[in-house]
Amino acid sequence: MNVLIYLVPMALLLGLTGLVGFLWSLKSGQYDDLDGAAVRILPDDDIDN
Amino acid sequence: MTETLDLSMFVEHGAAGASHMTLAVEGVACAGCIRKIENGLTKLPGIIDARINFTQRRLAVDWRDAEIDAASIIKAIEGIGYQAHPFAPERVEADDSAQAKWLLKCLAVAGFAAMNVMLLSISVWAGNVSDMTQETRDLFHWLSALIALPAAAYAGQPFFRSALRALRTRQLNMDVPISLGVVLALALSVFETATHAAHAYFDSAIMLLFFLLCGRYLDLAMRRKTRVFAGNLASLKAEFAHRLDMTGELTRVPVAALHPGDRVLVRPGERIPADGAILSGTSEIDESLVTGETVPRAVGGGTTVYAGSINASGALTMRVTAAGAGTLVEEVERLLDKAVAAKSQTVRLADRAAQFYAPVVHATAALTAVGWLIAGASLHDSIVIAIAVLIITCPCALALAIPAVQVVAAGSLFRAGVILNGGSAIERLAEADTVVFDKTGTLTLPDPGVDETTYIDTDVLERAARLALSSRHPLAAALARRARERIAYPGAVEEPGQGVRALIDGEEARLGSAKFCGFAEQQEPAAARGSDASFISFAQAGKTATIAIRQVLRPDAVAVTKALMARGLHLIVLSGDRPAAVAPVANALGISDWRAGLKPAEKIAVIDELQSQGRRVLMVGDGLNDAPALAAAHVSLSPVTAAHLTQAHADALFLGDHLKPVLRAIVVARRARSLMKQNLALAVIYNMLAVPIAIAGLVTPLIAAVAMSGSSMLVTLNALRARLGADEDLAQTADNHPRSPDLIRGRTSGEEEAFSSVPLPQPAAKAARRPLVEDISA
Repeated sequence: MNVLIYLVPMALLLGLTGLVGFLWSLKSGQYDDLDGAAVRILPDDDIDN
Repeated sequence: MTETLDLSMFVEHGAAGASHMTLAVEGVACAGCIRKIENGLTKLPGIIDARINFTQRRLAVDWRDAEIDAASIIKAIEGIGYQAHPFAPERVEADDSAQAKWLLKCLAVAGFAAMNVMLLSISVWAGNVSDMTQETRDLFHWLSALIALPAAAYAGQPFFRSALRALRTRQLNMDVPISLGVVLALALSVFETATHAAHAYFDSAIMLLFFLLCGRYLDLAMRRKTRVFAGNLASLKAEFAHRLDMTGELTRVPVAALHPGDRVLVRPGERIPADGAILSGTSEIDESLVTGETVPRAVGGGTTVYAGSINASGALTMRVTAAGAGTLVEEVERLLDKAVAAKSQTVRLADRAAQFYAPVVHATAALTAVGWLIAGASLHDSIVIAIAVLIITCPCALALAIPAVQVVAAGSLFRAGVILNGGSAIERLAEADTVVFDKTGTLTLPDPGVDETTYIDTDVLERAARLALSSRHPLAAALARRARERIAYPGAVEEPGQGVRALIDGEEARLGSAKFCGFAEQQEPAAARGSDASFISFAQAGKTATIAIRQVLRPDAVAVTKALMARGLHLIVLSGDRPAAVAPVANALGISDWRAGLKPAEKIAVIDELQSQGRRVLMVGDGLNDAPALAAAHVSLSPVTAAHLTQAHADALFLGDHLKPVLRAIVVARRARSLMKQNLALAVIYNMLAVPIAIAGLVTPLIAAVAMSGSSMLVTLNALRARLGADEDLAQTADNHPRSPDLIRGRTSGEEEAFSSVPLPQPAAKAARRPLVEDISA
């Protein structure tokens, strides 16, 4: 069962990374305009006509 | 005449000459609109940033003061083809937004902890029936404690704080048993871990928090959505006044920026922006929004006038005054204070359940411990079993049972065009057994319309209506709404106080008073004779017509009142208008119980009398004179066109020209209430099954976890039925109800309609409604 010594911390670390990622995205306002994000990908304004 | 626009009250000044403003924008429906507005604005000199929040339909603009100002930004947006209305963010909204972020953070922490603890717990449960060593189990329990304790301390804050608040006021709410259950479960688990026991309840405690936080967050998100929508409506409706400076110069200012002492010019057709006294000018004003009276009142120098009245004929200069003693506003405010103070705090279903539930649960746990002690169990075992009882009865399902239904019902109501001001309104709406209607603006449309009962040639009516587009008179505005082709005749001239004339097909046409049209005397159509209608005459080359303009019933008023009566509700009409005007409306609707000519105090008296007979009154009204009655009633609704003070005291607002939302509100609320009761019953049944197992000492952490998540899912699924039923109903009546806001599903077409259904102040409505669609497609 010695494998637990690095598997458990790894699992926790992965979970924590997810949590920190979520808190960061929340703080940077990525959930402020969910509908906007959905439609903003549609225009092709990055392509030169 | 040029007039400057003063928007300073909406602008926030930042550092280094930069400013910020938020605007509610109409008609933003797609990605193209976002791009057009954002790109169009950022191209302008001086604009630092322009960003549309598509979810909220709001635009945030930052600019440098030296190069551009707020008024020209709004003009620029108009040039792009959209109407933008400056928006003063409300405090409540900012608080809500901070609260939502906090809950989301708690939710994230609880979710992270629940997942990781469950990972460890499942290993332990599997290990307990196979070959896990004592050391590994203890390690896993300690790891669980390491995750669960800080996570619960952080994510449990919303519940702990609320429970403490309740206890401080010596009350019980649902958060008290929740907090107690969580804290005891954690404490017991730590003790068990320290004594190398096989069972720990870390996963139960943290999962409970996760489920409950989901419920809390959804509840708040729903409330935020309606509040944002209501905020946009308010800014769309916000009116401007023409303020006269000392030098006689005119400035357009938002009504909210007027102060007592300001001099204001009110042109014909405009709303009087504030309470005050007339300084000069004579006119007739329509006070139907204030008193319910439909006959215009003549005013002149020195007369007191109230905000919300419409100036019909002549230009007026008035001075804004604070509500003085003896005025109507002062009386209304005095009555309001009394009504609000007298209104007993209704105890909400959830709190009532909690007050009953908490003592029972805690007594059961205590009795269990005593029972096991008497039966000869050790003190440790007795306490462990008692705490297991507390954990299994921890009101996860109970605490979700009511909010889940509320969220779903509020969403249904929102789609039906009813905007709730507070959460408890749903329960109170469901209890209503008597509906009291105001007449003017509630049963009838807020603006007068063409009397349909008199026959007028359609071609003549169309010409008269298009001619009316060029007039500012309120009667003409009513007629103008009938114009199919919404383009004014070129060269039309308005002669103030008399009428409009223009050349149509080479011949002069006139619309206005009988004298202006060359009639010897007023020719009243036979059908409208003796009624309270007003008349407009039309003449062109021998073709003449007299058009009756009067208060018209909301298009579905008869059907809705019939449906309400069929549901066993008692209907009453209480109006401030004359009996002669109220009787025909009551007759048309089949309401036998009506009273007319009531003052605000008399309306309250009637409602108090009804309530003392044990009736639960739903008051529907829009006038300033209805505000105290709305506050006094058990629950209240207002159309969105209502006076400001009245809206503030209504439990919910409804949109559009139809009365249907009133019926819908009652139907949805009743269904929601029955679902709440079902959910409570489900929670009780769950407890009746689970508690004996816990008392018998047979509960393992696995059973607790399954029972808890199972019961939570059951009540949540049951709550979703509120939506199923309500939306089915809605689909059936979709034809009668074209103006429901569809913000929730993100469907934009419905929302655009909802925005355009908001009555804008005349005459701006004419200008604002016309170009929207064409410009976007151009």
